[in-house]
Amino acid sequence: MSDYSKNLTIAERCAIPRQPMPHQDPVERISNFNEVALGWDKDTAVEEAHRCLLCKTPKCVTNCPAEIDIPGFIRKIADGNFLESARILRASSALPAVCGRVCPQESQCELTCSLGKKYQPVAIGRLERFASDYALFEEELPIPDTAPPTGKRVAVVGAGPAGITVAGDLVKLGHEVTLFEALHEPGGVLVYGIPEFRLPKEIVRLELEVIQKLGVRLVKNFVVGRTATVDDLLEEFDAVFLGNGAGAPKFLGIPGENLNGVYSASEYLTRCNLMKSHNFPGNSTPVAEGGKVVVLGGGNVAMDAVRMSLRLGADEATILYRRSRKELPARIEEIENAEAEGVNFNYLVNPVRFIGNEQNWVTGVECLRMELGEPDSSGRCRPLPVKGSEFVVPAEMVIVAIGQSANPIVASTATGIETDERGYFIADDDGRTTKPGVFAGGDIVTGAATVILAIGAGKKSARAIHDYLGDSRWPAEILS
Amino acid sequence: MHTILSKKILTERTWHMRVAAPLVARKCCAGQFIMLRIHESGERIPLTIADWDRAAGFIDIYFQEIGATTELLATLEPGDTILDVVGPLGNPSHVEKIDGTFVMVGGGFGIAAGYPVARAFKEAGNRVVAVLGAKTRKLLICEEMLKSVCDEVYVATNDGSYGTQGLVSDVLQGLLDEGEDIRLVYPVGPPIMMKIISQMTLPHKIKTIVSLNSIMVDGTGMCGSCRVTVAGKTRFVCSEGIDFDGHEVNWDEMMSRQKMYGRQEAVALSHHHEHGACWGGAR
Ligand SMILES: Cc1cc2nc3c(=O)[nH]c(=O)nc-3n(C[C@H](O)[C@H](O)[C@H](O)COP(=O)(O)OP(=O)(O)OC[C@H]3O[C@@H](n4cnc5c(N)ncnc54)[C@H](O)[C@@H]3O)c2cc1C
Ligand SMILES: Cc1cc2nc3c(=O)[nH]c(=O)nc-3n(C[C@H](O)[C@H](O)[C@H](O)COP(=O)(O)OP(=O)(O)OC[C@H]3O[C@@H](n4cnc5c(N)ncnc54)[C@H](O)[C@@H]3O)c2cc1C
Ligand code: SF4
Ligand code: SF4
Ligand code: FES
Repeated sequence: MSDYSKNLTIAERCAIPRQPMPHQDPVERISNFNEVALGWDKDTAVEEAHRCLLCKTPKCVTNCPAEIDIPGFIRKIADGNFLESARILRASSALPAVCGRVCPQESQCELTCSLGKKYQPVAIGRLERFASDYALFEEELPIPDTAPPTGKRVAVVGAGPAGITVAGDLVKLGHEVTLFEALHEPGGVLVYGIPEFRLPKEIVRLELEVIQKLGVRLVKNFVVGRTATVDDLLEEFDAVFLGNGAGAPKFLGIPGENLNGVYSASEYLTRCNLMKSHNFPGNSTPVAEGGKVVVLGGGNVAMDAVRMSLRLGADEATILYRRSRKELPARIEEIENAEAEGVNFNYLVNPVRFIGNEQNWVTGVECLRMELGEPDSSGRCRPLPVKGSEFVVPAEMVIVAIGQSANPIVASTATGIETDERGYFIADDDGRTTKPGVFAGGDIVTGAATVILAIGAGKKSARAIHDYLGDSRWPAEILS
Repeated sequence: MHTILSKKILTERTWHMRVAAPLVARKCCAGQFIMLRIHESGERIPLTIADWDRAAGFIDIYFQEIGATTELLATLEPGDTILDVVGPLGNPSHVEKIDGTFVMVGGGFGIAAGYPVARAFKEAGNRVVAVLGAKTRKLLICEEMLKSVCDEVYVATNDGSYGTQGLVSDVLQGLLDEGEDIRLVYPVGPPIMMKIISQMTLPHKIKTIVSLNSIMVDGTGMCGSCRVTVAGKTRFVCSEGIDFDGHEVNWDEMMSRQKMYGRQEAVALSHHHEHGACWGGAR
């Protein structure tokens, strides 16, 4: 059945245009919570798969932190063997249907795709989504065999992408894995942060089901550092992996930020996603709604919050960002989606204080105009305030989306695990912390980053934990 | 799933419930709380752990019916289950031998919430006094419980039906006037009471530790819903508290933040009254 072996020439492959992704109509989609990107049918996926040159030394793979066999899985799509394609994906990643949706492919695998030099790169992420969705919804992939039990027990803290990866990899190697999650729902940012319209929760649930079928024991409502400390866990487990994420919201430290109606993006999105406030009072967690909504920040989190507010009935939703459009850190696709949905973007403004009324409700954000100065160490132009340019942006609700920092609960209750000055765990490339037997990875080591980097860190740690369970060795240099 | 082991009504709208929660009971200390969620579409609400039995694996909670979730909780019976109980959350209260008297001032559910802290200070070898407040005698809770761990227990009722007529602050003033060597005051209850007590002790330079009950979502430091301004800085009550120096808390901000969802809470309550029994949330 191999269609690929039809032997298209390179020129013929290059001539196939990159397949577009169908989207829900912008006007319609802002009144529902359904996924915006609708996904591909089989023909589109097979067509796109034929664009891949199946490079002998695939440049795309070198830039995928999950080390996915990209030409391998794409070839199977071209052959029409979607299940086998999904098997290849799942051999390297516990969350392919998630990554296919939210990975910043443009700066990962697709950035280095050889085809991208002269043409548009192969749509690797969309193909990944297609094949892994196939195995979640169309035809079930058999659960792979696991190695014989080793008798070793591992505690994984945090059921986000990093923890899920470590748990999945170690259980396949025959270890007994318990995954501890603080919230009542596993998935980390994938369930409480990223909205349904970008990543349906069903996807996360189904992918988690796979690792549970492999034998991972999930314990919800268990806050490490409170319900038990890391030291307690080490009495019961042979190794501990910390994947607790960079879960603490940052605020600006400007006057008025604790007025009613001022949210952190984490709170706003948690109320909406995890607690399903959009369905209030059927779901009993409330959230402020409607009116003029202002979101501070320009990353993925800001885009998610502002687009969520539109779906919850905001009359007007505005992003305030310190720099210009080209510096926006959010993924291009999400910026375009937000623009299409009618979000206002107000660039080169910096909030200086929140203004409130007698009832302590926010009524506006006082801002300064900025202009771009010389590029700073990050290569981005540094925004400088324009003297005397104060003006007020009216707002009935403000969402602060300027980043996350480290939650101290795990570190402050454990002994011997060193953190840097911002509270992130100090760990080597394989996730070894300063405490023997304790590994860490994902946002809690790197600071808020991406799903795929957390998965990459999880994969490396899983290998290092497997080695450690075999020989109990801990390098001396990081114990200094 | 957490089974309700027993339930008792204390006053018209205040309940005592014993809940199986072995992991919480194993580790909890005075001053900590749980978050509970009754069913799939329920809200997560914080309640103080008033007592516990590590060996038997249960905790005691005392709660006042004031809205949709607490009213629903009150309808559950022994044998019924609560979907999620997570904890112990917050930092344990800092308990030590002090040079003088420890005074716990309790109002409403705060009397039960302050009980484990009073007990811990007693166990640490201190002279412990409790000042309990209620509108009227019928609404006073946990007096006997406090008597069992305190050197003295005073009561103030607004209508004078029991103890001193007046407010807990009047009793505290009386103790100061009588020359009780008070070194630490620990008010627990409605923010307005905690604010008044803190203002009272400030000129006397008496250390005053308050347990803040701001609105929470996760209770683990992840969202910032519970934030308050303490000594000019934003602090998260659930992860950095819940105990703070009462002299440094921005009370007006704390109280207005507590009212943030007033309108929605009224909607939730009438929804509960109409649909209460069927827990009608779509997922
Ligand atoms: C709104 C939003 C949108 C984003 N969009 C994108 C995107 O489009 N693409 C992308 O690549 N990245 C995106 N990111 C970033 C990405 O989600 C994170 O980098 C990634 O989830 C980090 O994974 P992690 O496993 O390290 O941590 P997390 O996903 O944060 O998971 C940590 C888990 O640990 C649990 N936990 C925390 N403390 C404890 C404890 N004490 N005990 C037990 N459990 C604990 C948490 O509840 C959580 O479940 C986004 C982030 C946010 C907030
Ligand atoms: C650390 C802490 C310990 C507490 N301990 C106790 C206790 O031992 N006994 C007790 O009766 N009450 C306690 N409370 C208060 C209790 O959480 C609220 O009464 C409860 O959440 C009300 O929910 P509801 O749906 O019944 O009422 P609602 O109608 O939702 O609210 C009524 C009032 O309760 C407060 N409230 C609402 N939602 C929350 C929330 N998620 N978190 C905190 N407060 C909220 C608000 O001030 C609101 O005005 C505590 C609160 C905190 C923060
Ligand atoms: S996981 Fe991300 S980086 Fe790797 S192939 Fe998939 S989309 Fe590309
Ligand atoms: S670099 Fe591009 S063309 Fe080459 S194998 Fe990877 S996806 Fe295919
Ligand atoms: S309740 Fe979310 S940070 Fe305290």
